[in-house]
Amino acid sequence: MNELQELYQQVILDHNKNPRNFGILDTCTHTAEGHNPLCGDHIDLFVEMRDGVIEDVKFKGAGCAISKASASIMTTLLKGKTVEQAKQMFNEFHDLVTSDPNSDPDVVNLGKLAVFCGVREFPARVKCASLAWHTLMNALEENEQAAKTEE
Amino acid sequence: MSTIDINKVRADFPTLKQKIRGKDLVYLDNAATSHKPQCVIDAIEEFYRDYNSNIHRGVHKLSQIATDKYENARKIVKDYINADSTEEIIFTKGTTDSVNLVTNSFGRKYLKEGDEVLISHMEHHSNIVPWQLLCEQIGCVLKVAPINDKGEIIWEEFENLLSEKTKLISVVHISNSLGTINPIKKIIDAGHSRGIPVMMDAAQSIHHVKIDVKELDVDFLVFSGHKIYGPTGIGVLYGKKKYLNAMPPYQGGGDMILSVSFEKTIYNELPAKFEAGTPNIAGAIGLGAAIKYISELGLDNIAAYEKELLDYATEKVSAIPGVRIIGTADHKASVLSFVMEAAHPHDVGTMMDMDGVAIRTGHHCTEPVMRRFDVPATSRASFSFYNTKEEIDVLVKSIEKIIDMFS
Repeated sequence: MNELQELYQQVILDHNKNPRNFGILDTCTHTAEGHNPLCGDHIDLFVEMRDGVIEDVKFKGAGCAISKASASIMTTLLKGKTVEQAKQMFNEFHDLVTSDPNSDPDVVNLGKLAVFCGVREFPARVKCASLAWHTLMNALEENEQAAKTEE
Repeated sequence: MSTIDINKVRADFPTLKQKIRGKDLVYLDNAATSHKPQCVIDAIEEFYRDYNSNIHRGVHKLSQIATDKYENARKIVKDYINADSTEEIIFTKGTTDSVNLVTNSFGRKYLKEGDEVLISHMEHHSNIVPWQLLCEQIGCVLKVAPINDKGEIIWEEFENLLSEKTKLISVVHISNSLGTINPIKKIIDAGHSRGIPVMMDAAQSIHHVKIDVKELDVDFLVFSGHKIYGPTGIGVLYGKKKYLNAMPPYQGGGDMILSVSFEKTIYNELPAKFEAGTPNIAGAIGLGAAIKYISELGLDNIAAYEKELLDYATEKVSAIPGVRIIGTADHKASVLSFVMEAAHPHDVGTMMDMDGVAIRTGHHCTEPVMRRFDVPATSRASFSFYNTKEEIDVLVKSIEKIIDMFS
């Protein structure tokens, strides 16, 4: 697999074309907005929490394939997870996309998120992949300031 | 047909001869910055290697050589834009610095609360934000002339925004994100007939079309070195002497004074009044070399060849289903912005990089333009006289490949 095929794996292209959990969640208890000013990626995230557990999650927005697929895949993984579990997933995901491209990726606990392994080769795209996750963290912490991934 | 000898020209640019990810570099990001011919690199190297010295100060030999070369660069700029005098040529850090100089200095002298500055909807952020800062400080008002769906200034609306409150018109000559060539002479005449001075942002035009400041009768003109095959960190402000003389210094420091005491400091004459501190000496000398280089190629030849490239690229790219060109003005420079149904510009940029094709993706520092056309970003290919039709074919193949993959 070359670098490009690794970045745009079929799963990512599929989620880009047919994003899951796309739309507004009227029953949401937490919400946040994420914005990547450099390339114009924009996401609104809606989370419904019940007793410390994520019951449902949806997103809306426009962006590149990496940011859209990342948001879509993220929403498929969160239902039934506690805040702590979601944070743990974010940390593992973040470690993956920012790890040294020459090292063996540690994907044991990552499951579906392992498809973002190719992002490591493209430092300019890390912020695309992590926008949805940063937005999630803000929503869970009820941080009203929009998440930004331009660092 | 143009008379550009493409093989000879390409041989002058060392950075063009390289592979990116195993593919020949196809550099189509010239509106962001251009590559440098060997003569410019040599001029910069010679300064540091042979006669490095500070200017306007020492009586020693090296300082005299450096001063002569720096001032000669000013003369080259003066001749290139046909200014009256080298006193009207101020060296700055670049276009942004030049605009900020005018905003601060002209603004402080000539604008007060309630006065208006008129810009267009297609300005680069560097001709928007400095004015917004001034508006916050002194309470003046920024007016914006709208553009149509082709990316052209709507003339009636532009004229309607001119009033006795308008104290300056500041417009871009060629849009960096749309390629539109604005009717600059008409704009200047419209301003002058109402007694309003005009500043033109020539960052994207100074190397594409011949500019004669006397013929245009423009009051201020700003541009950068690095977009016209010169180094980064050097730019130019041209201003009519009557304004520059009346305007207060922008920054204080060495070289901009005749005498300093704690009681009273006397400012220097033009152009030194606006060049506080040790300037970018090597940058100015490099810019002079770049202007000599493009003058020898001939601006008419450059314009004709770049038009050929633009026409060829426009025809090929607009024929691809699912691709929409943003910016379709009747008069355009060699900038081709486009969006694709299948893929976001950011993905397009990464995909093209894998084919060795360097383009710009994003909002191009013109967010209001993106909003006007309701797109988050565009992909932009911008052509120089060292590009070829074969390179445009590579661009087209790359676009087709992306559509295949993302559809």
